Amino acid sequence: MDSGVDTRVDVGPSPVQAMEEKLRDLEHRVGALEGRAAEDRVAIIIFSGDLDRVLAAFVIATGAAAMGQQVSMFFTFWGLSVIKKRTELSGKTLFQKMMAVMAPGSSQSLPVSKMNYFGAGARMLRAMMKQKNVNSLEDMISLAREMGVRMIACEMSRGVMGITESELVGGLEYGGVATFLADSLRARTSLFI
Amino acid sequence: MQNITEDKLVDARDLMCPMPVMAATKAMRRLTPGQVLKVMATDRGSVADFQGWAKIAKNMALVGQETESVDGATVYNHYVRRTA
Repeated sequence: MDSGVDTRVDVGPSPVQAMEEKLRDLEHRVGALEGRAAEDRVAIIIFSGDLDRVLAAFVIATGAAAMGQQVSMFFTFWGLSVIKKRTELSGKTLFQKMMAVMAPGSSQSLPVSKMNYFGAGARMLRAMMKQKNVNSLEDMISLAREMGVRMIACEMSRGVMGITESELVGGLEYGGVATFLADSLRARTSLFI
Repeated sequence: MQNITEDKLVDARDLMCPMPVMAATKAMRRLTPGQVLKVMATDRGSVADFQGWAKIAKNMALVGQETESVDGATVYNHYVRRTA
């Protein structure tokens, strides 16, 4: 039988080998895609300190939480007024004091984005919401907490405006742009309000 | 609904968005998988809201919706089963 002649025919890699290679390649690509796939997550920046806008943000945040999404709300600049509980002037620079006096002292005194008329518009909106049995902003904030919504205060704008931690409500996290992006880049929905 | 009996009833009448869904979410936590929650709402938007909620939320299924008239007001009833 051993004639010394090589009778094998060169057909290249066997079909099985080729399949295995293809499978490995696909597994690799699926793995890479999985790492980049959006999670059940919603990230919201609250830049505005306007009652109407902020209300919309909280309705979306609590709704998303009810739909099983991980929700994070990132409060920055005027949005910090939403999570303020009081105003303290000691320890602030002149400009910071001026801003503290002019900015809303808490969520209770947020203006509306249109037709505010020195707060009359905001009071009117709150009264109208009450008439229609719509939750107040404060109810929505506590509802959001209850639903496990993460609330993060922007450390940079807090520092610029001289707002101290004792002026803000409890249960907040503090972070910066990467804190927000770490959530928003994995989120299905990202909003700037 | 004729063929669905609820294990728990939530009265969300006179509540507006997002409260009917919120009230349902909270009540669902106290159900065991398989149990059915009935939510009564007067908010017309709740019809689409419960459908949307069911499409996304992973632990529940919308098993029925109906409209009835209670004391002259239109009431939207939603039947939700906890699945996990």
